[in-house]
Amino acid sequence: MHDVAEVSDFAVTTRTADGPLRRAARNAFPFIVVGALWETVAHAGLFPARFFPPLETIAATFARLTVSGVLPHHALDTIVRLIAGFALAAVFGVAIGVMMGRSRRAEDILLPLVSIGAPIPGLAYAPLFLLWFGPGNVSAVALVAFVSAFPIIYNSWTGVKAVKDIWVRSAHAMGADDRRLFRHVIVPGALPYILTGLRLGLAQAWRILVGIEMLAAVPWGLGWLIFGAQEFLNTDVMLAGIVVIALIGLTLEKLVFQRLEQFTVVRWGMLTS
Amino acid sequence: MTAERTKSLWRGALTIVAVLAIYQAAARSGHFAPALMPPLGVVASTLADSALDGSMFVHAAATLYRVLCGFALAIFTGLPLGVLMGRFRPVENFVLPLASALMPIPSLAWIPVFILWFGLGNTVTILIVFYAALFPLLLNTWSGVRAVNPIWLRAAGAMGATEHALFWKVIIPGASPFIITGLRQSFLRAWVAVIGAEMLAASNFGLGWVIFDAKEFLNADVMLASLVVIGFIGFITERLIFGSLERATIYRWGMARAAKS
Repeated sequence: MHDVAEVSDFAVTTRTADGPLRRAARNAFPFIVVGALWETVAHAGLFPARFFPPLETIAATFARLTVSGVLPHHALDTIVRLIAGFALAAVFGVAIGVMMGRSRRAEDILLPLVSIGAPIPGLAYAPLFLLWFGPGNVSAVALVAFVSAFPIIYNSWTGVKAVKDIWVRSAHAMGADDRRLFRHVIVPGALPYILTGLRLGLAQAWRILVGIEMLAAVPWGLGWLIFGAQEFLNTDVMLAGIVVIALIGLTLEKLVFQRLEQFTVVRWGMLTS
Repeated sequence: MTAERTKSLWRGALTIVAVLAIYQAAARSGHFAPALMPPLGVVASTLADSALDGSMFVHAAATLYRVLCGFALAIFTGLPLGVLMGRFRPVENFVLPLASALMPIPSLAWIPVFILWFGLGNTVTILIVFYAALFPLLLNTWSGVRAVNPIWLRAAGAMGATEHALFWKVIIPGASPFIITGLRQSFLRAWVAVIGAEMLAASNFGLGWVIFDAKEFLNADVMLASLVVIGFIGFITERLIFGSLERATIYRWGMARAAKS
């Protein structure tokens, strides 16, 4: 989701200070243009309204499905799956990554497996998971966890390796035991990388989840809603579902990723000074 | 150091052999249906058969064709648009809000809509790949153009560079670390998207379709064989193509530090 190169922080924003109203208007303008275009095309009758519903139909469907509780139910199930899968990935990913960073033996054993598994697109595993675990929630959550664990493992591993040797040695010299060393030197030192890994993992989990919901035949979920609506040519339902997906995605982006990134950048600053 | 390295390689090889052996033992033990967990020999012979009769190559070619078409479309749209956004404030003001709203929508969510609009087949897959690949490239190009050191621009201007020279000799090389990062991320996204799109917008060809179709007939050996091919192609493009692209451009120009992402 947020994948601009790390260096982009140097691209200093030199915006002239506009009022909030002007900024809102400027941000709204492109949407108004696109919305007007959509309306024109929809009402011109070039395409059947079934396939290309005007915005008011989509809004009405959205309102109807929200009031009847169908849309919130789908959204809730998707979010629960996202959280469950990501939590599993975070726990196992950080544990495996830190272990690989700390122990040469663990690194030698696990790195080949991680580097073989990582480049295969997550969805390619989906049929295999469905075959092994059967259709439904178990497959969906397991696959989300499996796929989003890779960036977390990789970044945690890099982070622990990046902890300066001299810090570890001086902590040793000052008589820190293994537990203190781990809690007070290794974890804080690796934290920026681990957070980056978690951010990438969550973004990956989100991108893959909708696809999995379409494939895994789960009873509820936004991916399933969209995919099921296709059978009945309900384009308005599909587009309403996509609006919810966009809203959840934007919320993740604004509330989670940007926060995490700010936090990470702050830690970075602290580390390099 | 070399002794340490040999030991690492040795252990790595040992792990892979051990995992394969455990899998083989589980597959042979008879606790699991052989249709779900075929022994390695069966997977290997399936892979060899499909390679010999050419069907694996046909599917791989279909997948590559789709991914390359979508990726090329993304390059032809994303690069110029990203440069324009970086150079002209009005373009940025118009495109950026739209891009930020569309970007968090996973490309796979559009598949059912696109199927309704364009029917099953290559168009849907190519458009999904395009959607997935567009945004990383667009945003990286934009940041890259904006990150070009203003001193370079002013220096080139002072030395009498025309707009044309400024663009090709300063802005494009200056933005290239970002652009290459963007290309790499775009391709990764495109590669994931093409497999997903092939599964959902089934069109009788392509590696994603093969895997998904094999599930219907419980052919786990076909699935595992296709996974090997998918992993292999992904690995080759990532390491060989983008690795050498980076070496040929930004490392040679001494910008390697900026290219780490």
